[in-house]
Amino acid sequence: MERIPILKIGSFLLVSIQVDMHDRLAMSLQDDLTAQIVKTRAKGVLIDISSLELVDSFIGRTLGNIAAMSRILDAQTVLVGMQPAVAITLVELGMSLPGVQTALNVDKGLALLQSAIEEGDHGAGDGY
Amino acid sequence: MSATTERRIAQILTDNESEILAAWLKRQQEEGRTRYDDAEAREKSAHFLKLFAAAVQHGNVEAARGPEWQDMYDMLGDLSKSRAQLGFSPTETATFVFSLKQPLFDRFRREFGSDAQGLADAVWSSSTLLDKLGLYTTELHQKRREEVVIRQQQELLELSTPVVELWDGILALPLIGTLDSARTQVVMENLLERIVETSAKIAIIEITGVPTVDTLVAQHLLKTVAAARLMGADCIISGIRPQIAQTIVHLGVDLGSVVTKASLADAFRVALHRSNLTVTKVQAS
Repeated sequence: MERIPILKIGSFLLVSIQVDMHDRLAMSLQDDLTAQIVKTRAKGVLIDISSLELVDSFIGRTLGNIAAMSRILDAQTVLVGMQPAVAITLVELGMSLPGVQTALNVDKGLALLQSAIEEGDHGAGDGY
Repeated sequence: MSATTERRIAQILTDNESEILAAWLKRQQEEGRTRYDDAEAREKSAHFLKLFAAAVQHGNVEAARGPEWQDMYDMLGDLSKSRAQLGFSPTETATFVFSLKQPLFDRFRREFGSDAQGLADAVWSSSTLLDKLGLYTTELHQKRREEVVIRQQQELLELSTPVVELWDGILALPLIGTLDSARTQVVMENLLERIVETSAKIAIIEITGVPTVDTLVAQHLLKTVAAARLMGADCIISGIRPQIAQTIVHLGVDLGSVVTKASLADAFRVALHRSNLTVTKVQAS
């Protein structure tokens, strides 16, 4: 069965979704990613969806869930590279993913994670 | 209508073409409809009459449809177009066709003589036919108007949704006019595309030009903000006039966590601050 690769970069995990997401793939990503976060003790997760062109409410919710789960496992999640059409679709579906951090591309997402983690280190115990 | 009547009408039209044309032109002049110079009116009318006679001859008069009528409709199309451009009203254009009735019926009366049955048939069918042709010009006129309206609507949509870059990474979206669903869609798409193009972090939505903010408009604004956020850009809503602020609160609209500022200047200041930029006055030396 096809799986979405999860790459480790320093203390972060990078998930790049290059194929059309279907429900089972989304569920397996959820399992794999949570397992990987625990195993690698990652501090942050970048989910790159720049190649994702089709979303439905289930995929939208799964992305939101993955972000929430990672946060519980002490890894901040940033969703990066969302296409304009996907953003409009999600908003029209009523899913504005309120708890999820977003960035325009991987570069900016990485910078966001880095600054967030530095802040977290200095002002220890800000809830994460 | 019987084929005999059709043939008879066609016969009368061809035989008396010049007389009918003369009477018709006179009629048009009496009604003061012809704003063309005489030569042009004569040419158009003669052309019309010729096509009319040819089409009647080929039959299919009742339906006034079919390949043999195509020339007639093309001619009327050109006529309606050129007259509309000259500022004729649709009534005037249609009357051009209708005014043929009187000279035509006069001629019929003379030709049919005491054949009341034949006369009635001929009058009825040619009258119906001319009505159809006259109405066709009106219909064309209206259709062209609608096309103009649709084109202008589209132009308005494009005109009214510019996205401007205020600074590196700071976009502004000055909205003017009421936001409806169609416009919101265009605004949203434009904004999101520009965010990708310029990799902007902050977008300022400036709504000074939005006359009213009701729950629907507010919802559209919030949708735009949410979509921009999904792309990793923060939105600031600026240009909220006092009345608008009152309306928003009275309506119980929850703008949630969206940052709002009274003026574009304030919003820009916040945007600069967030981008770690400052504006300083140059000291005069």
